[in-house]
Amino acid sequence: MQAIATILREMEGAVKDPGGAVRAFKQETGREVIGCLPIYVPEEIIYAGGMLPIGVWGGQTNIVQSGTYLPSFACSIMRAIMEFAMRGVYNDLSAVVCPMHCDTLKCIGENWKVGISEVPCFCLVYPQNRKNPSGISYLTTEFEHLRKKLESLSGRTITDEAINQAIVIYNEHRKTIREFTRVARDYPLTITAQKRHMVIKSGFFMDKAKHTLLVKSLISELKALPAEKSSGIKVILTGIMAEPDSFLELFNQYNLVVVGDDLAHESRQFRTDVPAGGTPLERLARRWAEVQGCSLAYDPEKRRSNMLIDMVRETGADGVIVTMMKFCEPDEFDYPILKKEFEKANIPHLYIELEQQADSAEQLRTRIQGFAEMMSTR
Amino acid sequence: MSEKMTSKQMLQKLLDDHYAGALAAKERGELIAWSTSIAPQEFCETMGIYTVYPENHAAAIGAKKGSPELIEVSEFQGYSIDICSYARVNMGYLEIQESVAGKIPLPDLLICCNNICNTVIKWYENIACELDIPLIMFDMPFNYDYEVNDHSVEYIKGQFQEAIHQLEQITGRSFDYNRFREVMEISSEAARWWKKAMALAQAVPSPMNGFDIFNYMALIVCMRGKQESIDLFKLVAQECEAKLAQGQGPWKDRPEEYRIMWDGIACWTALSTTYKFLKNQGINMVGSTYPDSWSIIYDSHDLDGMARAYSSNFVNRNLDFRVDNICQIVNDFKVDGIIYHCNRSCKPQDFCQYEVQRQVGDRTGVPSVMFDGDQTDPRAFSQAQFETRIQALVEMMKTRKQQQGIGVK
Repeated sequence: MQAIATILREMEGAVKDPGGAVRAFKQETGREVIGCLPIYVPEEIIYAGGMLPIGVWGGQTNIVQSGTYLPSFACSIMRAIMEFAMRGVYNDLSAVVCPMHCDTLKCIGENWKVGISEVPCFCLVYPQNRKNPSGISYLTTEFEHLRKKLESLSGRTITDEAINQAIVIYNEHRKTIREFTRVARDYPLTITAQKRHMVIKSGFFMDKAKHTLLVKSLISELKALPAEKSSGIKVILTGIMAEPDSFLELFNQYNLVVVGDDLAHESRQFRTDVPAGGTPLERLARRWAEVQGCSLAYDPEKRRSNMLIDMVRETGADGVIVTMMKFCEPDEFDYPILKKEFEKANIPHLYIELEQQADSAEQLRTRIQGFAEMMSTR
Repeated sequence: MSEKMTSKQMLQKLLDDHYAGALAAKERGELIAWSTSIAPQEFCETMGIYTVYPENHAAAIGAKKGSPELIEVSEFQGYSIDICSYARVNMGYLEIQESVAGKIPLPDLLICCNNICNTVIKWYENIACELDIPLIMFDMPFNYDYEVNDHSVEYIKGQFQEAIHQLEQITGRSFDYNRFREVMEISSEAARWWKKAMALAQAVPSPMNGFDIFNYMALIVCMRGKQESIDLFKLVAQECEAKLAQGQGPWKDRPEEYRIMWDGIACWTALSTTYKFLKNQGINMVGSTYPDSWSIIYDSHDLDGMARAYSSNFVNRNLDFRVDNICQIVNDFKVDGIIYHCNRSCKPQDFCQYEVQRQVGDRTGVPSVMFDGDQTDPRAFSQAQFETRIQALVEMMKTRKQQQGIGVK
C-alpha cells in the first residue's frame, strides 16, 4: 500500500502542477515543450524530436479575457485554453499544436495566430474520409508539414527512425494504460473514480516512457493485493472528459465505480495503437483511419453506440453516464442515437452536462444522487 | 416559361416546380438525394438524381414560422438546444414529415460537404444512420493557410473519384463524362450570372433591395447545375440594369440612405420585421458575405479548379482571408456600415467574428454593430436588441457621413 501511495502521489504532483513539469523538463534538457490541444495530436513526432509533448485541455478558471474572442456559447475547454493563453500561462511552451477537428478548434487556431504572439500555433486538419487512400496520403502530408515546423523550431532533424522508436514507446504506453484500466476494476476502493482519472491524466504531463514504468509498477503493486469487493454501481463514462473535479468527487459519495470509459480525454487516447507497415508518418495517419466510435471521427454507421453496449456487456456495467461537455456539437449530435440505442438495449443512462468553469456542484450532486437512487432500486 | 414573368415570379415558380418535381420523382420510384447547400451538385446532376436541400427547406420553414414545432420534436429526441437550428428543424421534419413550407421526399442517398461547417458531417451521419442509406462525404479540409493547398486539392479529387464510384454502385449505371462536362459548364455559367447579378448592387443607389439576395439564394443553392438558374439570374440582371438606366434605387417609396453589409445568414423567422426596421431607417443591404459562397467558377476541363473552387468558400478559409473578403465587399459595394449577425447556430462563423469585426473596423474605418440571433430558432433572437443595435449603427453612420461632408437628412 505504501508503494501505491507513493506512485499515486507522484502522479498527483504532475497533474496538480503541469507548469512545474514543463519547467523541470526545460531545465534538465534545455529542450522544447510542445502543448497538444485536444485530440489525437501525433505526439510521436514531437517526442522523436527530443521535445516533451504535454496535453492542453483547459481547466477551471474565471473567464475574463477570452470573451474578446469567443462568445459565452463556445465550448468551455476552448474558452479556458484561450483564457490561459491570453494570461501567459502557456508562455513556457515553445509551440502548441491545434488539430482542427471541430468548428470551434478551427476558430481557436485562427484566433491563436492573431492573439497569442508569444507561442506559435501549428495547425493540423484531419481528413474525414480517413480510410480512403487519398485521405491517408493527405494526412501524411499534414504530418510531414508538422515535422518540418518542429524541425525548424528546434533546429534538430526528426528522423524516420526516431519516429518509429517513439511509436514503440507510445504503443507500449497505450497497452500499459489499457491494462491499468482492466486491473483497476478489481480494486475499486484503492483506485477510486478520481484516482483512475488522475492516473490516466498524469500521462499528459510526463515523458511517456517514464509514465509507462510508473503505471507498470502500480499495476504490479495492485496485483499483489487481493481483489476488493465493492457493492458500488458500475458505470461506463462516455463523452469528452470527466471534469471539473467536483464531478468525480461525487462518485465516492454515491458509491459509483467507473469500470470503463469512452472519454476523449482518457480511453480514446490509448485504445487505438499505431499500426505497423509503411513510413512512420503513414503509420500515424493510418492510426486515425483505425479510430472508431469517436464523435470527431467520421462514421456514418454510428458504431459508438454498439461499442458502448458491448463495453457494458463485457464489463458487467450497470449503466452509462454521458458526460456532455456543454456546447460540444459533435458529441451533442451523437447523443440522440446513443439514447435510442441504450433504451432499445435496456441499458440505463444518465445524461449530464458539464462545463469546466461552472461551479454547479450542487446541480451535479442532485443528478448523480438521483441516478444512484434509481440504480439501487433496479 | 412566359417572357412577361418578373424575376420574383420566376423564382417562385422554379422553386414550386423544384419541390413538386422532387415529390413526383419519389412517386415514380426515382432516387432522391438530400444535399448540403454548397456541395458539388455536379455529380448527382450528371446522374440525373433529383436533389433537395434541407437547409433551403429549413430556411423556408423558418420564414413561414413553422420552425418551433419541428425544433420541439428534435429536442424531444435528445437534440441539444445548442445544436444548429437547421439541423434541429430537419431532424424534426424527418420524424413527422410535415411542414408549413410543404413536404420534401425522404432521401435514398445523402451528399454532404463540410466546406460550410463540420456540423453537417454529424447531422448527415445521423440521417444516414436513422434511414440506413448511403452517405457520400465530400471532405474539404479547413484552409488554415491563406490559399487552398495542393495536397487538399489532391485529396478532394480523390474523393470526386470515390463519389463517382459510389454513385455508379448506388444507381447501377455508369457515369457519363460528357454529360458531366456539360453540367460543369452550366454550373460555372450559372455562378457567373449569379455573381454578375449580385454585383449590380454596387451601383449607388443600388437597384436591388438587399433582402432580395437572400430570396434569390434559394435558387443558386438548389438549381446551380440547371439552365433555369442561368435564365433567372440573367433576368435579375436585366431588371436591375433597367432600373439602373432609370436611376431607380431599391424602393419606390423612399431613397437609399445607408448602404450596409450583412455578415451571416438572415434571421428567417424575423425576416420581415428586420427588413422593415432597416427600410424605415433608409438602410439597404447591398452586400453580404454569403452570396459569394456560390460563385463557384472553374473551367469545365479543370478538376483541380473545381476542387479549389468548392474548398474556397469563405467560412472554410482562414481569418486573414475572411477579413480581406469583407474589406473587399466594403470597398466594392461602397458600404457605410456593417451588421454582424452573431448567429447562434453557426459556430464556425461566430467564433472568429469578434476578431474579424475588429480587424475590418481597423482597416476600413466603417462602423459596425453585432446582434445576437439565429437562422431558424426564434428563441435566440430579440427584435428589441436588434433595433437598439441598428439605431446605434445609424448614429455612427450619420456622424461619419457628416465628418466626411456628406449631407444626410
